[in-house]
Amino acid sequence: MIHIENFSKKFDERTAVDNLSLKIAKGEIFGLLGPNGAGKTTTIRVLTMLTRPTTGKIIIDGCEASHQEQHIKSVIGVVPQHFNLDNDLTPWENLELHGRLHHMMPQLRNQRIEELLKFVELEDRAHEMVQKFSGGMKRRLMIARALLHQPKVLFLDEPTVGLDPQVRRRLWDLIRHLKNEGLTVLLTTHYIEEAENLCQRVAIMEKGKLIALDTPGALCQRLGSYAVEWADEEGTKTKFFADRNEASTFAATLITTTTLRQTNLEDAFVELTGRKVIG
Amino acid sequence: MLYDIWTVFWRDWLVLKRRIGRFILSRMVSPILYLVAFGWGLGRSIQVNQGNYLDFIVPGIIALNSMNISFNSVGSPLNMSRVYHKTLEEYLIAPISSISFVFGKVLSGALRGLLSSLIIILLAFAFGAHALITVWFAVALVLNCLVFASMGLVAAMIMDTHEDMANFNTYVLLPMSFLCATFFIPDHLPAILRWLIEILPLTHASHALRAIVSGGGIPVLSLIIMAAYVTAFCGIGVWLMEKVRE
Repeated sequence: MIHIENFSKKFDERTAVDNLSLKIAKGEIFGLLGPNGAGKTTTIRVLTMLTRPTTGKIIIDGCEASHQEQHIKSVIGVVPQHFNLDNDLTPWENLELHGRLHHMMPQLRNQRIEELLKFVELEDRAHEMVQKFSGGMKRRLMIARALLHQPKVLFLDEPTVGLDPQVRRRLWDLIRHLKNEGLTVLLTTHYIEEAENLCQRVAIMEKGKLIALDTPGALCQRLGSYAVEWADEEGTKTKFFADRNEASTFAATLITTTTLRQTNLEDAFVELTGRKVIG
Repeated sequence: MLYDIWTVFWRDWLVLKRRIGRFILSRMVSPILYLVAFGWGLGRSIQVNQGNYLDFIVPGIIALNSMNISFNSVGSPLNMSRVYHKTLEEYLIAPISSISFVFGKVLSGALRGLLSSLIIILLAFAFGAHALITVWFAVALVLNCLVFASMGLVAAMIMDTHEDMANFNTYVLLPMSFLCATFFIPDHLPAILRWLIEILPLTHASHALRAIVSGGGIPVLSLIIMAAYVTAFCGIGVWLMEKVRE
């Protein structure tokens, strides 16, 4: 569904994304992880036609971005990181504007607006001003907006930042539900458990380069399935073991409090991107 | 494409409709001040071309006011939407062309300029001006609104902060409001300054409106120059909309 070939983006001297190649299949939930400034948002901006690549090829839904930009725009839905709702309009009007921009027929448009407002539980606030909304409500409205025109690919840039845990879990359910309906989802996130929970595959980026691409499970296994974690005067330390017995033997040699647990995606992330970045 | 232009225009119309009362009231303030200060106050003792000064400055006030309103109703909201609110992205992500966006915005800015001009015309009659409103007057006024709405769009796409937008107002619009044949005829100014003033679009708007009101025939050259400005600014606007993605 999404096909990226040797894509680079340079801003003056700085290279934001360096020779990235990726293939994302239809119906896949794909996670893009990486520390701040790794190039995730730039990648999303290029894939959503907001920025043009310096070099490389982008193909979405069988269309090449440089030739059929308008077609790609009509099949993608985008939830950006920042709130970009129109504060001078109500939720209904925000959605109507989006529907009109996507050339939806009035009848279908109104029906979809009603459905989606109900879906994100904003139907009783449809005619208030967006300006007064909380962060969570705005985020939900942005998701409704991105889905209004029934896109084939959904881009979510940090979709759950600032949301209550309940809302976040509902949103995860929603994303899984959309996947089951054949929607392809590409999301970037800071919450590792979000990627672990949702994504079939994750790519880890650092300094504009792809440094790992696999299923969350496989990435964890690379380190070893078990982790022993302890703290000394220098900070938290972690050591990985393929075998549980080995791990517990090692844990027994330490005199401080230790934790023996299964390796998770966060470990993989930290190991791959280096501890220093995370601080 | 027409539908997309309508969509962009529709959004602005929705916002204007909600604030129409406030819009009209606030638009009355500065023309009333001009009419009182220059028409009643200063104007009593001035004769221009054997006419009354109030009749002379009404076209000038209409020209400068439609300039300010058209420019600012596109300029500041678009600049805010591009730089701060990022709502411009909603249009950039949508399957519409840059041309549709530019035309929609320019038309909605021009509409606001026209509405506020209508308010001044009514006020001017109330103050006792004798203006002759004809089809050509409307043509010249619409052109002036389009010139400055499209200039507002270009400025909004170039300036990267709100402060720069304010500076653009101070350095470009403010001098034009006083110099471009609005309050006086710049015939007695030094030649270089006169040449410079002759190039500026607002001079042609004042000239054209005044010529039509006083029954002096159709100022074809001024209308052509204004149309050329509209074409140029819209063209630059479309180009900037494309460039924003680089």
